[in-house]
Amino acid sequence: MSGPLLAIRDLRVDFATEKGTVRALFGVSLSIDPGETVGLVGESGCGKSVTALSILRLLPSPPAIVRGGEILLRGENLLDLPEKRMCEVRGKAVSMIFQEPMTSLNPVLTVGEQVAEVFTAHRECGRREAAARAVSWLGKVRMPDPERRAREYPHQMSGGMRQRAMIATALALEPSLLIADEPTTALDVTIQAQIMALLQEMRERERMAVLLITHDLGVVHDFADRTAIMYLGRIVEIAPTKGLFSDPIHPYTQGLLASLPGKGTGTARLSSIPGAVPDLSSVPPGCPFADRCPYRQAALDRFRGGADSRDSLGICDREDPPLFEYAPGHFAACHYQRAMRGGGAS
Amino acid sequence: MTGSGGIWRDFARRLLRNRLAAAGGLVILFFFLVAAFPALFTSRNPDRIDVSVILQPPSAAHPLGTDDLGRDVLARVVYGARVSMKVGFVAVGIATAIGLVIGLLSGFYGGRVDAVLMRFVDIMLCFPTFFLILSVIAFLSPSIVNIMAVIGLTGWMGVARLVRAETLSLKERDFVAAARAQGAGTARIVFRHILPNALAPVLVSATLGVAGAILTESALSFLGIGVQPPTPSWGNILTIGKNYIEFAWWLSLFPGLAILFTVLGYNLLGEGIRDAADPRLSGR
Repeated sequence: MSGPLLAIRDLRVDFATEKGTVRALFGVSLSIDPGETVGLVGESGCGKSVTALSILRLLPSPPAIVRGGEILLRGENLLDLPEKRMCEVRGKAVSMIFQEPMTSLNPVLTVGEQVAEVFTAHRECGRREAAARAVSWLGKVRMPDPERRAREYPHQMSGGMRQRAMIATALALEPSLLIADEPTTALDVTIQAQIMALLQEMRERERMAVLLITHDLGVVHDFADRTAIMYLGRIVEIAPTKGLFSDPIHPYTQGLLASLPGKGTGTARLSSIPGAVPDLSSVPPGCPFADRCPYRQAALDRFRGGADSRDSLGICDREDPPLFEYAPGHFAACHYQRAMRGGGAS
Repeated sequence: MTGSGGIWRDFARRLLRNRLAAAGGLVILFFFLVAAFPALFTSRNPDRIDVSVILQPPSAAHPLGTDDLGRDVLARVVYGARVSMKVGFVAVGIATAIGLVIGLLSGFYGGRVDAVLMRFVDIMLCFPTFFLILSVIAFLSPSIVNIMAVIGLTGWMGVARLVRAETLSLKERDFVAAARAQGAGTARIVFRHILPNALAPVLVSATLGVAGAILTESALSFLGIGVQPPTPSWGNILTIGKNYIEFAWWLSLFPGLAILFTVLGYNLLGEGIRDAADPRLSGR
């Protein structure tokens, strides 16, 4: 293998707000191999979309400031590219589909014109050929009656059809990486399944890598080769998807998996993670999850109750845990698990 | 919601269903034809002086009467339509072009560019426009070209503010981010994704602006610093009319009606376009 397609290293992003600087990414590292699908999971505001938008350098700046790190696409640091070269990367080497198909299409252009635009913007071919290729791509993403639909405006289409049009646009130049930012969140459940099946088919046919951003663990389970769990601007666990689901290491991942509605049990209460995500503008030092962590709370209770002579997990309040490797390719950032299970440095 | 070419056809249908707007459109169409083919509406030369028929009331030979030099009022009103239409369109064209450029720059780049341009707009708005035009024309020679230029150069601020506001909101829309993610450059984003979506209110303001420009031109000509005789303009016919208003009512009435109907027509059409472009208002 000739190295990863995309390697994000220690990416740190801040947002300058009126109330001061808010840190959005605390050194995110992530790599994606050619043809691989990586799921990026986390709750709202944890930095999933910021990570995705940073790759394409689409973060609005101001307020966003990239404080450090690098994003290497086949060894080339995207953060150093001049804007003009970046325009060539967008849509051609890396493209993106967005969460909201209802608002991601320009209301005054026909769908055909918008798919065709990606060809003309990258000077791939003339207008006429672009229009023809747009129709053919609409057919490839299973748009019914693509000839006619190409001449229609977005408001004449359903959400599922619009998302198909978005996918056609994103795939039209056969990018090596597709970033899908919650591609099915805004769609009906039945349409969700169709769109995911389409993405799956396209991924196999085009042999492209996918960064799939979602908060739906079920989608990740079916779709991703590896999965990264984000919490508060950090990747707290990353592992081959199978390993992550069979042996979650980070207490946050464990909590997420435990909160999935189980099969059949029916009447049982759904489990949830106690507490709330801390305010990003005032993150305390130490492990970001300490406040909500059952291991940390148990250790505190034992210490305060006198069962332990010292606070065995005091380190959680002092040091932000780095990632450790527990199994091949399975990394997690947790002081408790490091102490319990051991493991090599990342 | 079926068929292709949807939004424009929907727009035209909503516009035509609005009777007042359709009537306004017809009036304007009529004056357009008058301006384009004056020979169809009168066979007389508007500048031909005939001292034997001075200040004649309307008659078969002179349907709208004659003026103090015996010129045919119908011919002068018909040829005056050319001046009014030309001034209206060119002046608004200039104003809209400047307003679009300033508004797009201001809204798209924001920050310091926006602050500087908008303060410039504020300064321009401080001038009492009509007196500015008066004094500028007093320095330059009063000619049709100067009038169009001055009206255009003093009338763009509203368009600039409108376009800036639209641009500010449009540039945050998802489809702009999506276009960027597909590799669209700044020019493409601005001219293909932002500008067309900002055009509806600009069209409304331009239509209403034509009415305003025609009024301004008439007023200038009335005051004698607009279109210079012998070139006929509705305003300068009125000027002559005011001298004889006690007994030659036709000299004031007909150019006055022409101004009234044209301006009314543009205002009705402009409001119709606004309602048709925003279906949410159509129920009112």
